Amino acid sequence: MTIQEKMLEARPAPKSTVGPVAWLRANLFSGPVNTVFTLLGLYLLYLLLTPTIQWAFINADWIGTSRDDCSREGACWVFVNARLGQFIYGLYPGSEIWRVNLTFATFAGLIAWLAIPRLPYKRWVAVATLVGFPVLAYFLLYGGHFGLRVVETHRWGGLMLTLVLAVVGMVGALPIGIMLALGRRSQMPIVKSFCVVFIEFWRGVPLITVLFMASVMLPLFMPTGVSVDRLIRAFIGITLFQSAYMAEVIRGGLQAIPRGQEEAAAALGMGYWKRMGLIVLPQALKMMIPGIVNTFISLFKDTTLVMIIGLFDLLGIVQAALSDSRWLGFALEGYVFAAFVFWVFCFSMSRYSQYLERKLHTGHKR
Amino acid sequence: MSVRPQPHPVGPKPPFWRDRAKRALIFQVLLIAAVAAFLLYIIGNTQANLAARGITTGFGFLTNTAGFGIVQSLIDYSSQSTYGRTFVVGLLNTLLVSALGVLAATIIGFTVGIARLSPNWLIARLANAYIEIFRNIPLLLQIFFWYFAVLRTLPSARDSLSLGEVFFLNVRGLYLPEPLFESGFGLIPLTLGIAVAASIALVVWNKRRHEATGKRFPAGWFSLALILGLPLLVLVATGVPVTWDVPQLTGFNFRGGITIIPEFLALWLALSIYTASFIAEIVRSGIQAISHGQTEAAQALSLPRNLVLRLVVVPQAMRVIIPPLTSQYLNLIKNSSLATAIGYPDLVSVFAGTTLNQTGQAIEVIAMTMAVYLTISLLVSMFMNWFNARVALVER
Repeated sequence: MTIQEKMLEARPAPKSTVGPVAWLRANLFSGPVNTVFTLLGLYLLYLLLTPTIQWAFINADWIGTSRDDCSREGACWVFVNARLGQFIYGLYPGSEIWRVNLTFATFAGLIAWLAIPRLPYKRWVAVATLVGFPVLAYFLLYGGHFGLRVVETHRWGGLMLTLVLAVVGMVGALPIGIMLALGRRSQMPIVKSFCVVFIEFWRGVPLITVLFMASVMLPLFMPTGVSVDRLIRAFIGITLFQSAYMAEVIRGGLQAIPRGQEEAAAALGMGYWKRMGLIVLPQALKMMIPGIVNTFISLFKDTTLVMIIGLFDLLGIVQAALSDSRWLGFALEGYVFAAFVFWVFCFSMSRYSQYLERKLHTGHKR
Repeated sequence: MSVRPQPHPVGPKPPFWRDRAKRALIFQVLLIAAVAAFLLYIIGNTQANLAARGITTGFGFLTNTAGFGIVQSLIDYSSQSTYGRTFVVGLLNTLLVSALGVLAATIIGFTVGIARLSPNWLIARLANAYIEIFRNIPLLLQIFFWYFAVLRTLPSARDSLSLGEVFFLNVRGLYLPEPLFESGFGLIPLTLGIAVAASIALVVWNKRRHEATGKRFPAGWFSLALILGLPLLVLVATGVPVTWDVPQLTGFNFRGGITIIPEFLALWLALSIYTASFIAEIVRSGIQAISHGQTEAAQALSLPRNLVLRLVVVPQAMRVIIPPLTSQYLNLIKNSSLATAIGYPDLVSVFAGTTLNQTGQAIEVIAMTMAVYLTISLLVSMFMNWFNARVALVER
């Protein structure tokens, strides 16, 4: 009888369960049905990808200045190239474009600061983003002070207008949404029913009717002779619409905070606003960030609707460029470019919100 | 020495702003006053503006002649009809595209959602790619893509794409053969009704018997056979009293058959594909929300795999799936208002668009349009509450 005195080395796993072949067998060809599905999937992929790659890359024209440079069968990216400035800045005067760049560079910096978990002073940066930045953006983009010349809003357009609309809608909707959400949870019956009616009204109608309302009814509501800028009308419509959705997200976050937190704060003698501002909201807001990012994504996509009331956001300006007689027939290129820009923004934001959700869940998961 | 409980000292009454009940009362009165003042201000301004523009308010305009045509209408409509009738035509068109959109989005969404959970790596990746691509591109852009980049670039009527010389697709739309029912066809809906009634009776009987004796009977298959088979049998027995009106190319256009306008096709495709990507995510998370213990317990009872799905997983997953699903349906109905961007004659397009521009009755028109959407969403949320109350877990 032999006694094993040393620990044996672990044997390698059987050849049939590791390596690429085993992976293929387990994930793609595990049975007759799966094999058929895999082959069908491959065929579908072949059908979709080959013409797309041929059109978008292999047969495409990239360099040139006019449509005559597009002689090949594939996509004519020359069109997008020639119009790129307009697609991004609208009709903003060329010599003033640095103002737009500076505004969005500042915004990107602030957002990056907020998004990266390691960096300190989050609260002050958040205040700067929500309060300081809109003021700075107004002075930079519109001008009229500090020696900057005024750029009328009808010259704003393209991706810049899309971003402005989304950010204004968001920054405006957040405080209104917080008030509405607190009001909806209030003990006071009139305040509560007012908030419920307000929220359900805006959530029940399509954004397009809200924009129609803002553009045709708002001028009627103002004192005679007062005219409201078309962009401001869109801001008002989008902010009211968005605040209702925001209120529901915030209400969800408030509900997730245990009642004991508020009761403990009340036991310490805190008043309503102190309890909310120092105890409940800071905890709730943290949980709400994924939801807020998600509503921001849908707002970002919904800003395309402003083209129906005559503003030229990214989609609107692409659509307008398509009817230029010098560049007829490049609808596909224009839409693919706009879709790509929207997709990059929305996809990266949704990935960020998923990451946050995973991060926030670690403490609560049972 | 014992301490006697001292009576609580009663100080002076706190001022009214420290009394919670009074403070709430004052606050609410102030809110009502503020809202009322705001409304009065707006109404006053509006009246002044309307008077300055010479617009009379009221719903009298609904009986005036509209004077414009509508390309697609489910009821009789001509340019001699009234504005009231344009409202109904627009509403019906909205409901039509919404209903068909909900149907298609559900089918695509459930297919993609289940494919997303497939053990086949490639199929799961393809489903995931579908979801991530379509839900991150604005719906309006997708509508424009289908309309301007796909359907508007189709060949003219002469060079139509055709399927078996019966279906035709060209820049003016999709042409389908239309069934014409001859006399004697009335029997078929009748037998269909009988078959449906018999199936319901069968299912009820089967359920009672199953509860009483534990014996099962494949009532589902029998009902399907009954509902499909019986009318088909009658159809053959009566000598197929249906003829097909196939579209014919005459001159520059097709005549006969059913025409589906490209605006409808573009809107329907975009709405279904976009909403389906959200539904697929809902289906996936609904199925994944069922804890693994449930399936394992069912397997431990040696239930076969299809019964595990049908009796354990699906009923519980539906409880998670249906509330967000209905809100997606609601979104689809509201999003159908984007029709106005490509000129599909829905409610917003013909009523809040053309009618508003012609009559200038902004307040009445916008209010009626919003009322329609509010009614729909109210009905859906009432259904939701009823459903939630019905399927809610019975807890202690």
